[in-house]
Amino acid sequence: MSVQPTAQAELTAPLYNFAYLDEQTKRMIRRTILKAIAIPGYQVPFGSREMPVPYGWGTGGIQVTASIIGRSDVFKCIDQGADDTTNAVSIRRFFAKIAEVAVTESTAEATIIQTRHRIPEKDLQEGQVMVFQVPQPEPLRGLEPRETETRAMHAYEEYGLQYVSLYESVSAYRRIAATASYPVIVDERYLMSPSPIPKFDNPKLHMSPALMLFGAGREKRIYAVPPYTRVRSLDFEDYPFETQRWDDVCALCGAEESYLDEVVLDDQGNRMFVCSDSNHCGERRAEGHVGPMVDHALAGATS
Amino acid sequence: MTTQAPPLLRVNRVSKWFGEIVGCRNVSFDLHPGEILGVVGESGSGKTTLLRCLSGKLEPTSGGAEFLSKRHGPVDIFQLGEQDRRRLQREEWGFVHQNPRDGLRMRVSGGANVAEPLMNLGGRHYGQMRRATTDWLERVELDISRVDHKPRNFSGGMQQRIQIARNLIHQPRLVFMDEPTGGLDVSVQARLLDLLRELVRDLQLSAIIVTHDMGVARLMADRLLVMKNGDVVETGLTDQVLDDAQHPYTQLLVSSVLQL
Repeated sequence: MSVQPTAQAELTAPLYNFAYLDEQTKRMIRRTILKAIAIPGYQVPFGSREMPVPYGWGTGGIQVTASIIGRSDVFKCIDQGADDTTNAVSIRRFFAKIAEVAVTESTAEATIIQTRHRIPEKDLQEGQVMVFQVPQPEPLRGLEPRETETRAMHAYEEYGLQYVSLYESVSAYRRIAATASYPVIVDERYLMSPSPIPKFDNPKLHMSPALMLFGAGREKRIYAVPPYTRVRSLDFEDYPFETQRWDDVCALCGAEESYLDEVVLDDQGNRMFVCSDSNHCGERRAEGHVGPMVDHALAGATS
Repeated sequence: MTTQAPPLLRVNRVSKWFGEIVGCRNVSFDLHPGEILGVVGESGSGKTTLLRCLSGKLEPTSGGAEFLSKRHGPVDIFQLGEQDRRRLQREEWGFVHQNPRDGLRMRVSGGANVAEPLMNLGGRHYGQMRRATTDWLERVELDISRVDHKPRNFSGGMQQRIQIARNLIHQPRLVFMDEPTGGLDVSVQARLLDLLRELVRDLQLSAIIVTHDMGVARLMADRLLVMKNGDVVETGLTDQVLDDAQHPYTQLLVSSVLQL
C-alpha cells in the first residue's frame, strides 16, 4: 500500500507488501523480537505465518528477516557457511525481489546475515544482525517431551536434565560427543539451543557485538542473544567444553583456524578439506593465501 | 522408632473429590522419621489418590500436610509455591512408581537415569557421579557392566531396581512408593522386598507404601492405614491390624489372603 517507492511502480505494483509479510504481522513479530531481546535466551511464542517455502527451509528465519529488513539494509544469506548453495541463493533472491534490498556475499558489508548451520568466520561488528533458522528451539525436547514440563523447567531454572544428555555422551564416547545444537546458558539464566550451528561456533556467541536473533517457524518461537551477552556452553568439571579441531588446513586457502568441510574427491580415498565459509575462503585467496590444492576445480566454484 | 522426635509428616484431614466422586476423605496421620507406613485397601479405595496428594502431584480439595523440610523447616506442602514444591520433591523426596516406565526416562541409559537426581541437585562432575551411580547399582544388586544399557533392555524386576536406585541416590528423607512390587513375579518380588527393606533400614528412610498386597504390607510396614471407599477404616501397628483386625472390612481383607 503506502510502501511503494515510486508512482511509476503503481502500474506494475506487486501483489505483495514490502518484504512479503503484511505490516500487522511485521509489527507482531517485531514486538516478539523486542521481548526476546529483553529476556536473553527466553523462547517467546509468536504467530508464525505460512510462508512460500516448506517448514524446515527457514520459515522462522525468513519471517524474522522480513520483519526487520529495511530499504537500506544489505542482506547476506548462508547455508552450511556457503553463499552459493541452493537454499541460500533462493532466500537471497527472495529478499532482493520482494524487499529490493542490496545483497552481498561479503560478511563485512552485510547488515543482516541470515544463516543455517554457521556463524561467519570473520568477526561480526556492532550494528550487524545474525538471523538463525531454527528447527527445534527447545533444547530439552529430546529428553522431556512435555511442553508444560519444559516451560516449568525454564521458569524455575531446573536445568539438571540437560546434563543427562552430556552424561550419556560421556559414558558412551568418553567425551562430550555432541557437535551441533550444543546447549548453552545465556547470561547465566536461560538454557538455549544455539540452532544447529557446530559447537565450533558456540564461542562466537559469547559477548558478540552483533545482535543474534533466532526464529523457529514451525515451532512458533523467537529468541535472541543481545550484543555483549555472556553465553556459556554446558560441560562437566572433568570434561570441559571443547570445539572441533582439524589436522588439515583448508586445501584452497590454507586457513588453519576455520571450520573445515571434508570433500570426498574420488573412490580412491582421496579427500580435501575446505573452509565451510565460502566468503572467508575467497577473501583469503584474494589476499594471496594459498592452500595445498589451490588449483583444484573447486577453487573456481567457491570464489 | 523414636517417639520424642517431631513427626516428619503431619497429615491433617486431607480430602480429594473428583466432582461427585470421592478420592479420599478426611485422612489424618503422623509419620515419624524412620517409620514406614503401609496404606492398604482394595482397588479404587483411594490409596493412590492419597499418595498423589501427599507427594504434591495432585492438589487436594481440602486439608493440609506439614512436612519437616531441611530447607524450609516445617511447611505445609500444599501452601508452598510450585517452585519450592518442585525443589522439595527433587531434594528431599523420592517417588517409586508401580510401572518403572513411569518413573524412568526410557530413552536414556540406566546409569544416566540413576545419576539424574544428582545432576538435578547441581552435580557437575562426571567422574564423581559415575562412581555414585555404579555404587548404587551394586547396592540394588545389578550387574554394573550393564550400566549404559537402556532401561528397555532390562527385565521388569531390574527396571524396578534401577528406579529404586534413582530414587534413593540423592538420600531423600521420605520416599513414596506406589505398589513397588506390583506386576513382578513372586520370586522377583520377594528379593526386591528384601532389598527394599534392607535399604530403608540402612538409610533410616521414612516411607509411605501403597499396596493391595497384605504380604508386602506385613513385610515392609511398621504401621498400617486401611482404606475403603476413600475413608480410613482402621489404623494401627501392622502386626496389630493384621493379627487382630477390628473393622469388618479389615477382617475380610486379612482373611482373603491365600494360604498355601
